[in-house]
Amino acid sequence: MESAIRTNNLRKVYNSPPPSAAGRGDGSGPKAPNVNDKQSKESKSQITALDGINLEVVAGQIFGLLGPNGAGKSTAVGILTTRVRPTSGAAWVGGHNVWQDQTAAKRKIGVVAQRPNLDFSLTAREILLFHGAYFGISSRERSDRAAALLDRFKLTDRAGQLVRGFSGGMMQRVSIARAMMHDPQVLFLDEPSVGLDPQTRLLLWEIIREYNQKGRTILLTTHNMEEADTLCQHLAIIDHGRIIASGTPSELKASIPGGFVLRLRFAHAPGELLQRFTALSGVTEVRASGETGADVYSDRGGSLIPEIVTTAAGFGVELSDVHISEPSLENLFLHHTGRSLRE
Amino acid sequence: MLRGATSFLLLLQTFLQPLLFVFIFGRVMTGNGLLPAAYKSLLLPGIMAISMVFTGMWAVAMPLIAEFQFTREIEDRLLAPIDISWVAIEKVVAGLIQALVAGLTVIPLAWIILRPGLEIHINNLPLFAGMLFLVASFSACGGLALGCTVDQQHIGLMFSMVMTPMIFFGCTYYPWSSLAKFPILQKIVLINPLAYASEGLRATLVPQFPHLSLPLILVALSFFDVLLLVLGLRQFRKKAVS
Repeated sequence: MESAIRTNNLRKVYNSPPPSAAGRGDGSGPKAPNVNDKQSKESKSQITALDGINLEVVAGQIFGLLGPNGAGKSTAVGILTTRVRPTSGAAWVGGHNVWQDQTAAKRKIGVVAQRPNLDFSLTAREILLFHGAYFGISSRERSDRAAALLDRFKLTDRAGQLVRGFSGGMMQRVSIARAMMHDPQVLFLDEPSVGLDPQTRLLLWEIIREYNQKGRTILLTTHNMEEADTLCQHLAIIDHGRIIASGTPSELKASIPGGFVLRLRFAHAPGELLQRFTALSGVTEVRASGETGADVYSDRGGSLIPEIVTTAAGFGVELSDVHISEPSLENLFLHHTGRSLRE
Repeated sequence: MLRGATSFLLLLQTFLQPLLFVFIFGRVMTGNGLLPAAYKSLLLPGIMAISMVFTGMWAVAMPLIAEFQFTREIEDRLLAPIDISWVAIEKVVAGLIQALVAGLTVIPLAWIILRPGLEIHINNLPLFAGMLFLVASFSACGGLALGCTVDQQHIGLMFSMVMTPMIFFGCTYYPWSSLAKFPILQKIVLINPLAYASEGLRATLVPQFPHLSLPLILVALSFFDVLLLVLGLRQFRKKAVS
């Protein structure tokens, strides 16, 4: 099948902190290189945001980049949308190299940035009309498309008002409508549902699916499990600038050993005890988590608890906390990184 | 995009200072005899140069600073299917037009305030038009270079450290020849592009007064225009792509 987006060993190293649009969230952000190496002063401030990304998005897919804040999602989108210069490697959108053939690539894409970037001195309708004009759409066609999009996004009654006074959710809807104005082959949505109320989020998902049914490709970034699971047909899980797993949501979930994860906490957890857990029926893998915890991957959940408690009691250890999670992408992330997506 | 109230404020902001300057120095000070009447005509080109340079620089630099760092509204235009340099050029052209309008509005204003005794002699209209264009380009290209170099938190500094010295050492309130008694200063002000702008307008608007040689002015202004445009575009590309 034809690929809409392709990247080859894409790397991005920032010499100074990346702009917030390229998404460096919190402390779990991109890793700084080891400064103890015999590296020059300059490299001390270097931050590796993307560390050799290979992506292939088939045309007509809804593709999700799932990862925590600062994983490199926005940097990847930045490069694919010509706004960030790759340090090395290459990326193509619709067959055009995004760095060498920017103008052709920009014709193919629509972009919704993570932070609102609407022109505050324009009305919602004007924003759509102006955007259409940048792409050379005729005046009549522009008004027709703008009217249809405003209606679809339930913005018609506010279309003539300045976006300055809009709520965050309304601004986000205008941003997405604007990105769809020139009917791009590939639509990039960077964290599209952040800050939306559940009702608007559902509307947005519906619109994304509709757009996809027209044969368009959509790449969205998210750290929302539900969004990744229900909306995306294909996922790549990204952490510290690397892709740690990819596949369809069901493939990914099936790849977790056992499916269920029991996160256990004890007063103390001797290694021998953890070994004993491995022998319990249904348990596929046991991992130590810190000094006093263990993550047990198993094909059953609650029914395993009595056996765990009994086994632990045999070692004179008391179970102090337990959290059971069902097969999910969250567990997949935990399995690959040892961290929860929300941590 | 400008709307009614904003345009009015912009107009006021552009013309208030030159207007007051023309009134006090051109009308009051010459009226009470502290300055000779001829100063009216000498002052006008300088005021025009200040208005044009201020307007053009402000019109390009301020939106750039705000759009890159605050509203981010430039992002959508950077995604238009053209080379991103055209987005910068569009800003420069808009600033250039505003500078031209500002410059041309000073003449009727001065006419109202300074009459009688104001002696304007535009002997060569195409040359005057060309000079206006060069001065307006200088202001807009300078705005691009400044706007893409200065951070939001340094706007105040930019105006006090760049604009103010430029105006006072820019042969705006006095002709270059009057610096003859200060030979070192007279040489130093020649690195100030505004000096050529003021002298250029003086040479084409009130040629009866001494001024720098026209070829020198034309070469210097063209040089600064190209230099600032090239520098500005380079800075713009750096800012637009991370």
